[in-house]
Amino acid sequence: MQWHSIGEFFAMGGYALYVWGSFGVTALVLVIEPLLLRKRRNDALDSLRRERSADERNSG
Amino acid sequence: MQNKIIHWFKYGSPQSFYPLAGKMLPWFVTLAVIFGSAGLWLGFFVAPTDAVQGEGYRIIFVHVAASWMSMFLYLVMAFWAGLGLALNTRLSSMMASAVAPTGALMAFISLWTGALWGKPMWGTWWVWDARLTSELILLFLYLGFLALQAAIDEPRRADKAGAILALVGVVNVPIIYFSVTWWNTLHQGASVSLTKSPSMAVTMLWGMLLMALCFWMYSIAMTLMRVRVIILERERTSEWVKHAVA
Repeated sequence: MQWHSIGEFFAMGGYALYVWGSFGVTALVLVIEPLLLRKRRNDALDSLRRERSADERNSG
Repeated sequence: MQNKIIHWFKYGSPQSFYPLAGKMLPWFVTLAVIFGSAGLWLGFFVAPTDAVQGEGYRIIFVHVAASWMSMFLYLVMAFWAGLGLALNTRLSSMMASAVAPTGALMAFISLWTGALWGKPMWGTWWVWDARLTSELILLFLYLGFLALQAAIDEPRRADKAGAILALVGVVNVPIIYFSVTWWNTLHQGASVSLTKSPSMAVTMLWGMLLMALCFWMYSIAMTLMRVRVIILERERTSEWVKHAVA
């Protein structure tokens, strides 16, 4: 391993802005996409449940 | 043989694919995490410092994976869109719509990390050269596909219009891929070649391949997640969906 300290690792040999800017934004995108999908799924299920209970009230 | 054919058609319906996709989803998420952890470990702690680019080259581990996926996902999207157009199968078109946003994000990551790599190595965030411009066009094709589908209210008509755009845009993918050999560009040549022996350290190569596998598994997982939501949204009036949310 080429790193002698945590500080050296985060400094990335002077390329910290570029390396962490790349990995950071990529990680952010890969976390946000599934969260947005989960929200879209919950919204879809909620509206389906609302329709269902409205149907049941009407028929009952 | 006869049974096999019936089996395949069975999973061609949204109703039977919905639970199947749900069962496959955790496997692909797990694989993405495993490949990603291994790839990051190799990329940051095992792969040596580059002789020319120092530590800055480590951007390669996300840049190449995202760039490959952005092109590959476009082909996958166009395949499903074309199949939906030719056979008039709902699920194929839903798959195309499910792939598109993930593909667009991959193209965005490719351009973003490329800019952050270009600045320290070339001295500029952006140049209008063949590789960079054709990748930007790829992002616009994804966004165009999404915008076109969003603009048409009737889903089946949106599928057809999107499919035509997706199929016409396929011509851009080989242009991106071969741009570095067809034109004189600032961008370096292919990182991995099937015909030449690898010029980079073996640990770098493995780190890159593992990250590519991670992005691949991630993309499959996101596509499965999204196609399940699309099925719920589009099949909302069918009896099985009403029972599924009980």
